[in-house]
Amino acid sequence: MAAAATVLTGGCATTANGKDPIEGFNRAMFAFNEGLDSAVIRPVAKGYEFVTPDFVRTGVSNFFGNIADALIAVNNLLQGKGVEAASDAGRFVVNSTVGILGLFDVATEWGLEKHEEDFGQTFGRWGMDTGAYVVLPLFGPRNVRDGVGLVFDMAADPVGHVSDPSTRNALTALRLVNDRAGLLPADKIIDEAALDKYSYLRDAYLQRRRNLVFDGRPPKDPDFE
Amino acid sequence: MKYFLALLTGLLMTLGAAAQALSPDALVKSVTNDVLDIVRKDKDIQAGNTRKAVELAEAKVLPHFDFAHMTRLAVGKAWRQASPAQQQALTDEFRTLLVRTYSKALTEYRNQTIDFKPVKMQAADTDVVVRTLVQQPGGKPVEIDYSLDKTDQGWKVYDISVAAVSLVTNYRGSFAQEISAGGIDGLIGTLRTKNGGSEAAVASKQ
Repeated sequence: MAAAATVLTGGCATTANGKDPIEGFNRAMFAFNEGLDSAVIRPVAKGYEFVTPDFVRTGVSNFFGNIADALIAVNNLLQGKGVEAASDAGRFVVNSTVGILGLFDVATEWGLEKHEEDFGQTFGRWGMDTGAYVVLPLFGPRNVRDGVGLVFDMAADPVGHVSDPSTRNALTALRLVNDRAGLLPADKIIDEAALDKYSYLRDAYLQRRRNLVFDGRPPKDPDFE
Repeated sequence: MKYFLALLTGLLMTLGAAAQALSPDALVKSVTNDVLDIVRKDKDIQAGNTRKAVELAEAKVLPHFDFAHMTRLAVGKAWRQASPAQQQALTDEFRTLLVRTYSKALTEYRNQTIDFKPVKMQAADTDVVVRTLVQQPGGKPVEIDYSLDKTDQGWKVYDISVAAVSLVTNYRGSFAQEISAGGIDGLIGTLRTKNGGSEAAVASKQ
């Protein structure tokens, strides 16, 4: 595995990718994560998908999405987007009550759009540079800025503050497996599309984070005709 | 035969009329709904019959794509250094890769529903983005945006963004990597191998 990573980087180390100065390390870590995924996480996610009906997975996604909305409100506030923050707070209130502890996303049906914000984006909004691309064990692709953001996201994550350790671990595992199950259809599509899965996912990650910081409307790439 | 011809003419006229008359958002909506209606009824495609999905894509979707434009954008600066033959080869191979990927995505379709957002555009606009939101049972919604520009043959898609990731921009990075390693012919070779490889994989599964 490590040998394969070295061979791969040998061919690419010279290419000009200023965003990925530690490509050798990243490819090794990517291979490690891929191994872990195919050995443990994906099979578990497949089993979970097999035994749960759609509405259960929707409920689980909504439940964790609702918890996330509270933090999304905080991040929108930190970014000075008061209207969005109020809407996210409204979503949290509506879904926690009418939506029965967040199991149903009533707020979306009422026209309160779901946003996606986190500390990495907030730091980006504040002007912090993305820094180098880095593949973290288990967490996968990040850049330095989003890695720092991740530390804040985790510190603020309500699930991490559940006092009973077994409940906390069960919730963490459920969220991970449920999220992974949602990505299962994408696996084959990425395999079909990517010339080199590592760089395909890296470029996708960097592009997506850039777009998110600009809320989907980044300045147009001057190279793009 | 006569019936078939009538059907074919009807189909071509519909496609032609649709492409000429429809606004870009109406075009995206009608094509998407047509295709998903077929996939919903087609057990073969749902079971992973990629060949049938490719046929569907070829008939319904691809006429609305401008692959030459997509390839030019994905290859970027090196496009001008490529000979006409290389440009043609790149376009053909990239088209094959995208068609395969798109068809694969069709076989993964599971009851998702799509919200189409209205486009605010001026009459003089020749380049628009049509935004859609795919709601999937048990998963987070995914944004899929289509970039279209106005050509003599009507509105044509030249890029698709999935979850804020532009396909063309993403390939630009991979293509640049291949070109710097092995030149334009190197990229053509990699695409050929990739396409041949998935062809073999598809064949062996059936």
